[in-house]
Amino acid sequence: MMKQLFWTVTLFLIAFPRIALTAGLTVALANETQLSGFVSGEIRGFVSDAQFESQLNGLQSSIIIQPEFLNQPELSTARISLIPFVRLDSRDDRRSHADLREAYWQHIDDQWTVLIGINRVFWGVTESSHLIDIINQTDLVENIDGEEKLGQPMINLATQQDWGNVSLFIMPWFRERTFPSKQGRLRSQPVASQNSLYESTDGQRHLDMALRYSHYIGDWDFGLYYFKGTSREPRFLLNSNGTQLVAQYDLIDQVGIDIQLTNDAWLWKFEGIVRSQNGDRFAAIVSGFEYTLYQVANSATDLGLLMEYSRDGRNKNPSKTPPVVFDDAIFWAARLAVNDTQNSELLAGVVVDRNDGSAILSIEAKRRLDDNWSIGLESRWFLKTKENNSLSPFRKDSFVTFRLARYF
Amino acid sequence: MITELKHKMHKILFFTSAMLLLPTFAFAKTDEQKGFDISARSDRSDRGFGDSQVKLKMILRNAAGSESTRTLILKILEIPDESSGDKSIIIFDRPADIRGTALLSHAKILDPDNQWLYLPALKRIKRISSVNKSGPFVGSEFAFEDLTASELNKYTYKYIASEYCGTLKCDVVERYPQYKYSGYKRQLVWIDQNEKQIRKIEYYERRGELLKTLVIDKYKKYQKNTWRAHYFVMDNHQTGKSTELIYSDYKFNTGLKDKDFRKDALRSSR
Repeated sequence: MMKQLFWTVTLFLIAFPRIALTAGLTVALANETQLSGFVSGEIRGFVSDAQFESQLNGLQSSIIIQPEFLNQPELSTARISLIPFVRLDSRDDRRSHADLREAYWQHIDDQWTVLIGINRVFWGVTESSHLIDIINQTDLVENIDGEEKLGQPMINLATQQDWGNVSLFIMPWFRERTFPSKQGRLRSQPVASQNSLYESTDGQRHLDMALRYSHYIGDWDFGLYYFKGTSREPRFLLNSNGTQLVAQYDLIDQVGIDIQLTNDAWLWKFEGIVRSQNGDRFAAIVSGFEYTLYQVANSATDLGLLMEYSRDGRNKNPSKTPPVVFDDAIFWAARLAVNDTQNSELLAGVVVDRNDGSAILSIEAKRRLDDNWSIGLESRWFLKTKENNSLSPFRKDSFVTFRLARYF
Repeated sequence: MITELKHKMHKILFFTSAMLLLPTFAFAKTDEQKGFDISARSDRSDRGFGDSQVKLKMILRNAAGSESTRTLILKILEIPDESSGDKSIIIFDRPADIRGTALLSHAKILDPDNQWLYLPALKRIKRISSVNKSGPFVGSEFAFEDLTASELNKYTYKYIASEYCGTLKCDVVERYPQYKYSGYKRQLVWIDQNEKQIRKIEYYERRGELLKTLVIDKYKKYQKNTWRAHYFVMDNHQTGKSTELIYSDYKFNTGLKDKDFRKDALRSSR
């Protein structure tokens, strides 16, 4: 029955996304609202059978719907954005989830920008990890690369001056990380509980704050921030009967820096943090370069070569700090941009632990089919995982995802 | 006494010969100077606009005739100083998968521009390398430098000839990109003598071969002296592909300010 419903909805939304969405939502909004967004279908196939009992095997399919409403009357200083998000997964009920990626009102004048509501904010320059990015919680069931984020409720006050941009964030509600269900792949063992623990007695209602300054001078772009509040990264504790892991969110103080030097075809990148957590203080960095060879072999294709080094000095004691998959690793990658009408792109990269050789190999490709349709491929391979405790739960989870999306 | 007379004589002689020579100098302007003057007149006839916003539709055709379309909005803030480039934001609307993607450029004349790309899916602003301006812009036959490079001091010039270009009389000027990463060795530019506008450009690649021809049409004069063309077609002779640009809804002095062209303004550019 669930399956039948899933496929009916899938087919309907792929065939008539505009009708479905307009009927559902635009009616309520003013005619100055622009509607865009996408509907996509995904099939993920796992190369091996699961490591843990009750995990799914074979294929897992999903449908994702993300309409985007933007209301910005011409000459108005205010704008309203609304971006709901829904994933329906055929085999993992916790991967089936909905979120508000954005739902905010923003006022922009000559000196100040005020934003109230739910928003996503990205900070950072490196590609292999997003070390300094901290405002939003990771929507882990979407992707283990940490690039998909849950909407964060906030009040954001920012000012742009000749000497740079200053932005203050007040975040009154904490978002918990999403985790797969017992049936899901790419999870810890035992499974993460849906109940979490907090260091703050205010729990999810703890007021988190961040203050960031960013600017550029010539070829240098840089940012510096201070964050005080609930860590987006949980630690894991075993529940009393040992059947589930419980996410514990500590209070932290963190300073983060990002720097990029853009020089000819070279991008030199640095991200660094210093964090205090549970009486421990540690630093972590990611740094490297991206070099682009333009129009290789007399074609329109650009080839980017990337290398980054990451080092994380956190305490390995799980009762002090959250686990980290790679604490001393090198990332190598190549990015191919064909620059054709279809905007075809390929990114292949590998992160290798310098001590034990464990690695994650990723291949991502996408190509536009026409004005509305595009296809994508994403694949991750977990290599030499036995040696790495944080990676070994993913030992059997190498996968290939094929995606068909209709943008509107 | 004698020396004084001699001195006077010299003065007179010098004066008369100078008088005789002057007109010749004036007429014997070098082809380089003449080429520069023609180009400068043309370039300056579209300056002084303050700021502008325009919609652009690009129609890309391959050799087999199949089409794809891009639409975007282009906002420009003029920087009056000719030794510095303008500031611009390109905001993509179609194809739908790149809607909201925006490119901010602070143009320089001979150095690489400062450029930032805004990726709405990740809400990420990325400073990008801008040394390469000769690659295809969004898969079209236009390179980024073809879209932005009308700034006077990006080239040196040489006058070639005057000839008819359709019904108009044109000056033909050869120009040589001074930007070291330009994709071209030289360009031939046809500028009409009435309105001083560019009507045609031939692009010669680094090896010297003719690569592309651009024809520019549908000029219209806005406000005091701001000329804008509304139709461009670029033919690539080596691939058989072509790209049309159709500009519409030009607006000038829309109140755009420097702060609208700062890096962080990209997030609310759409």
